Amino acid sequence: MVITVRGLWTLIHGMGFGALYLLAGSGALVELWRRYAPGDMSPICVRDERFLRFCLTAMAILAWLAVLTGTYAIYPWYRAVPPAGTVELSGYPQRLLLSNPSTSGWHTIGMEWKEHVAWVVPISITMPAAVFSQYRRNLRNHPALRNAVLGFAMISLAAAGLAGFWGAMLNKNAPVAGGSSIRIMEGAR
Amino acid sequence: MTRDRDVADTAMPNGPGAAAVLSAGIGCFALAVLACIADKCLAAKTLMNLYKPTGPLSGVTTTAILIWLVCWGVLGYRWRRREVALARTCWIGFGLLLLSVLLSFPPVADLL
Repeated sequence: MVITVRGLWTLIHGMGFGALYLLAGSGALVELWRRYAPGDMSPICVRDERFLRFCLTAMAILAWLAVLTGTYAIYPWYRAVPPAGTVELSGYPQRLLLSNPSTSGWHTIGMEWKEHVAWVVPISITMPAAVFSQYRRNLRNHPALRNAVLGFAMISLAAAGLAGFWGAMLNKNAPVAGGSSIRIMEGAR
Repeated sequence: MTRDRDVADTAMPNGPGAAAVLSAGIGCFALAVLACIADKCLAAKTLMNLYKPTGPLSGVTTTAILIWLVCWGVLGYRWRRREVALARTCWIGFGLLLLSVLLSFPPVADLL
């Protein structure tokens, strides 16, 4: 089993930070919806508060790590410009997609949307993490604020889902690969 | 543990929360607007090219983050002990967030 350095970074970005973000997000949304509804009179213990605070903080950290690795590590490899006269474009994913009308939409719609909508995610999840850390169970006393926290977290999760979908489809059609190879383990002979 | 109880038992003003919501909406909207401008205006595209390997995306995102943090800092400071019209502020913030997602969709951005 061999993976290239660029492939490994893509894996860390998407399957590591991205997928973990979506997992943490589903837990946080359920908890926010169930436990912090304005009419709910059941007591919220310190442990419940800590769990949600941990989930939201983890989401914010994962979102920032995902966009920073995506923008500053992987995106430059994706948009690299080949030397003039290059025919083999597999090492230049953006140019490979744009070279064929049947695949160019993956860049002009997919990547163009992904690169911007993905940046909505860290901003829109840092707010719920910060507000919850400050207000905690007091959030029940501010229904509009609780709804805003829930709404931002939902849109953030949806935007991350969109970015993840386009990332997976782009990597399927024009993988970001190259660099030195890392041998993970030997296969059976 | 004591701090957990203190926070939970204190009646807190809604100003700091409203500032966080509104500034997050403004930050996301700024991101989408800057992306549109950098896409359509060559001068803006060049100006936003802070880190060449990443291109204009580096400037668009860095500027939007700065706008978001400055807004948050200013509003948070001004509203730190105030009660504000929370529902209206939250709707404005949420509306800006929705608009930013819509504007980031290339076919919509191309209409502008």
